[in-house]
Amino acid sequence: MFSFTRKQFTMLVVFTAIVLTMPIWLSPLGAAYPGLMQKFVIYAIFAIGFNILFGLTGYLSFGHAAFLGVGSYTAVWSFKLLSMDMIPALFFAVIFAGIFALFIGYFSLRRSGIYFSILTLAFAQMSYSLAYSVLTPITNGETGLLIARDDPRAIDTMLGVGQSTSGMPMPSLMGFDLTGYSGFYICALVLIVCFFVSQKIFASPFGMALRCIKSNQTRMMYTGFNTKPYMLTAFVISGMFAGLAGGLLAVTDPIAGAERMKWTESGNLVLMTILGGVGTLVGPVIGAWLIKYFENIFSAINTNMLNSFFEFLPDGFQSVMVTVMSKFVGEGWHLTLGLVFVLIVVFLPGGLVEGTERLMRRFRRSSDKPRSSVSSAASEERS
Amino acid sequence: MTETPPNVVLHVADVFKNFDGLKALSDIDLQIVEGTTHAIIGPNGAGKSTLLNVIIGRLPPTSGAVVFDGTVLTGMSPHEINQRGISRVFQTPEIFADLSVLYNIMAPAFAKRDGAFRINMFRPVEDEAEIREEAEKLLHEFGLYDRREDHAGALSRGDKRRLELAMCLIQRPRLLLLDEPTAGMSRHDTNTTIELLKDIKQRGMTIVIIEHDMHVVFSLADQISVLAQGRFIASGQPQEVKDDPRVKEAYLGVPAE
Repeated sequence: MFSFTRKQFTMLVVFTAIVLTMPIWLSPLGAAYPGLMQKFVIYAIFAIGFNILFGLTGYLSFGHAAFLGVGSYTAVWSFKLLSMDMIPALFFAVIFAGIFALFIGYFSLRRSGIYFSILTLAFAQMSYSLAYSVLTPITNGETGLLIARDDPRAIDTMLGVGQSTSGMPMPSLMGFDLTGYSGFYICALVLIVCFFVSQKIFASPFGMALRCIKSNQTRMMYTGFNTKPYMLTAFVISGMFAGLAGGLLAVTDPIAGAERMKWTESGNLVLMTILGGVGTLVGPVIGAWLIKYFENIFSAINTNMLNSFFEFLPDGFQSVMVTVMSKFVGEGWHLTLGLVFVLIVVFLPGGLVEGTERLMRRFRRSSDKPRSSVSSAASEERS
Repeated sequence: MTETPPNVVLHVADVFKNFDGLKALSDIDLQIVEGTTHAIIGPNGAGKSTLLNVIIGRLPPTSGAVVFDGTVLTGMSPHEINQRGISRVFQTPEIFADLSVLYNIMAPAFAKRDGAFRINMFRPVEDEAEIREEAEKLLHEFGLYDRREDHAGALSRGDKRRLELAMCLIQRPRLLLLDEPTAGMSRHDTNTTIELLKDIKQRGMTIVIIEHDMHVVFSLADQISVLAQGRFIASGQPQEVKDDPRVKEAYLGVPAE
C-alpha cells in the first residue's frame, strides 16, 4: 500500500514542505493569515477531489458544491448532536457526502458529455433550493446552521467534556483547540493525506482505467471493462473529497449555509482545476490557491493602496494609472480573474502546470544544439 | 437448430437481423471450429460488419442466437462478452490515444486478470512486474518496443493496427475477431500483418476475419464463408469457394452458366 516510486516520493516530500511552509512564503504576498490559509488548504482538497473525476475520466460535473454543502451541514450536525470533536464530524461529512454522491452519480452517469454536466448542475441547484425551502428544519434556511450552547452533544455529555467553558463551544481535536495556526496545520495535514491518496489513485490500475474511459470508451468496453462502476466510484470518491472539504470548512468556522452549494461555487471549482491543469496532480492545488488569492487579496485592494503604489509616477500619470488599475482590483477582481483565465486557456492549454512544462521543454529544445528536423517533429507529436 | 459438434467454439444459430424492415442478415448459420481461421467475405453492403456486431453484442439479433462455448451471448453487454474470451480488432483502430503505448497493452491485461471491475487503488501500475514484462514481450514481438513511452495517438496507422492487435492478444482470447485488419495499409504493411497473423494462427488461436483483400483471405483462411445480400451463398475450403460459380457471380456480376 505504501510502495512508491522515487519520483512520487520526492513529489510528496516537496508538496508537504510547500504546504507546511505556507505561513513563511505567503507573508510577502500579504496572505499569511491563518483564516485565509485554511481556505487555501481546504479548497485545494476540494479541487484535488474534483480532479479525480474531471481530470481522469473527463466527466465535467457542475454540481460538486452540493457535496461541499452536504459535508458542512453534516459536520455542524455532528457538532450539535454528537461531539465538538472534529473526527466524528469529518467522518460523517465524508460518509454522507459519499452517499449523496452515489445517489446523484447513479442518475447523472446515465448520460455523458454536456447532458451529464447539466444533470449534475440540476441536482446541485435543486439541493441549493431545497436547503432554502423545504429542508429548513435541517439547514436553518437563510440564517445558516449554527451551533448553540444547549445542543445535546451526546458523546461529549457522556464523557463529561466541554461543558465547563463559558461562551460558545468550539470544534476541537481530542481536546486541542483548533483556532488560528493549529487549525491551519490540521487542515494542512489533511491536505497532504489527500494529496497522497490522489497520487496513489493516479498511479494505480484503477486510475489507469479511469484514464482509459476518458480516452476511448468503446475500446474500454470491448476490452472487458465495465465502465459504469468505474465512473460511479470516481464520482463518489470526488464527492467524498468535497464532503471532507465541506466538513473542514465547518471545523474552522462552525456554521453551514446554503450559499456554499450555489452553482457559482461549482463553477469556481471548474475554473480552479482548468487554471492549474486538468488531470495533473498539483495543477488543481495551484489553481485553487490562485483563485482564493485573487478572491481575498485582489478584492481587498482599494484606491488608496493604488495611490500609494503609484506614488513614484508624475502626478497626472499617477491618477490615470490609478483609475485604470482600480477597474481590475477591489470589486473588479473578477475582471482580472477572467482575463487571467482567458490568457491561460488560450496560451497555455492544459493549464499552468502543463503549460509551464511545455514552455520549459521548448526552452530546453531551443537552447540545445539544433537537431535534425525529424526528431524534433517526432517529439512535437509526442507532447 | 443443427447439432453443435464439440469442437465448435462459436455457433451463430439461425440469426436474422432487420433494420426497419430492411433485411440485413437472413438465416445466418455459422460454426467456427476451434483452432481454425474462418474468413467471411462478400461485396460491400453484404452484411459482414453487421454480422460481426451481432456476434460481439453491439447489435441484438432480431431472432436467433449466438452461442459461444456453450453459453448464449445474445443479450450480453460487450464487456461480458470480452470477459468470456472474445477480443475484437476494429476497422478503424480503437486504441487509448492519450495513453502511452505500454499502458495501452497493460490495460487489457488488467481487465483479463482483475475482471470487469475492481477497485485496486493502492498498488501502483509500475509495481505490476508480471503484466509489465508480458506487455514488453508483446511489444518486442510487434516491433513497438522502442515507442513504448510515446502516446499511442502519435503512432502511424499501421502501428495503431498492430497495437490494437497486441492489445487483443495479451488477453489470450479464445476467439479473435478481425474486422478488415489490413484496410488502408500499404502492400508492405499488409504483408507484415499477414506474417504476424500467420504466426498467431500457428499458436492455435481461433480467428474470424472479415476482409476485402483476397490475398489476405487466401493466405490465412482455413474456411471461407461468402456473404451476399445478408445470406451465405457459399461456404467451405478456400479452393471450393474460389471455384463456386455463385461466388463469381456475386463478386463479378457474371451470371453463372
